[in-house]
Amino acid sequence: MPKIADQDEVRLTAGRALLLGMSLVLTLTLAAAVLSLPEDQPRLAQVALERLPESGVGNAVTAVLLNFRGYDTLLEVAVLLLAIIGIWSVARTARVWIKRPDTPILRAFVRFVVPLMPIMAGYLLWIGADETGGAFQGGAVLGGMGILWIAAAVWLPQRGGRALLRPLLAIGLLAFLIAATWMLLARGNFFEYPPEQAKDIILIIEGAAMLSIGATLALLFVGGAPQKEESS
Amino acid sequence: MIGSAVLYALGGVALFGMGLYALLAYPNLLRKILGMNVMGTGAFTILIAAAYRGSDAAPDPVPHALVITGIVVSVCATGLALSLAVRIQAVTGAAYLTPDEEDAP
Repeated sequence: MPKIADQDEVRLTAGRALLLGMSLVLTLTLAAAVLSLPEDQPRLAQVALERLPESGVGNAVTAVLLNFRGYDTLLEVAVLLLAIIGIWSVARTARVWIKRPDTPILRAFVRFVVPLMPIMAGYLLWIGADETGGAFQGGAVLGGMGILWIAAAVWLPQRGGRALLRPLLAIGLLAFLIAATWMLLARGNFFEYPPEQAKDIILIIEGAAMLSIGATLALLFVGGAPQKEESS
Repeated sequence: MIGSAVLYALGGVALFGMGLYALLAYPNLLRKILGMNVMGTGAFTILIAAAYRGSDAAPDPVPHALVITGIVVSVCATGLALSLAVRIQAVTGAAYLTPDEEDAP
């Protein structure tokens, strides 16, 4: 087997020069394509902005994500769940081993900051209906909260916690599927919300998706299936 | 596209090209994963810039929604890729794609 030093070599060999040339050609082709994009063509934006009042929310990005192109977001939430299932399948043990910090400052800081984070996440979710914000931003804050928790060893995902974590990971996808199927049965179309209830439905789905996104991001950081806590 | 959007789009194209080269050229799995992330960031930058086309002031919300979806998928793909790299290192002893026996010098 080649030595590790050889494998880390970044010298420009003949093969790499060929790859570099091909990458350059592709890059220049892409640049030409970007520069030749038509300027004043009819865009999806016109349709999206015209029909914004029917979506139930005032933020066009939220309307596209949760209403007009709900399929994309549904499949994305499914990808999140698949990633965690994949990680738990290949990595039996967590990749991060956290020693309990020997300074009280980190834990005190975490205890002070962490209660503010669900408030911020909830605010981002609520404001996301009409301004910048939404389930992904709120979920990122919740994921950060989980990582802080884990890094300060306030809470470590353990085997026993899987009973709680599994529903938390799946609730986003479940809420999406239930809403979409319910609309299929009630109105005949997948993901067609009645405009007068659209905002409530979107906020419920977003709330569930936010919990799942937060839990997924925090567990991606752990990088393995939760195990029994070490006795040390 | 207006001037600054063109600049961002070309910057995105450059990031995409650099990430692609790193992904292809280096056997180290961590470099490949980093390259993949740089490529993804380039694609997101192009999409964000492409939303600022046409004369009306409002940016197109459809590519922006695609980007926010893509960022989360990219984070998840990175996490899964890192797990696979750790597993490859545990099984083969090295986080590299080793050449096949007949290709080895």
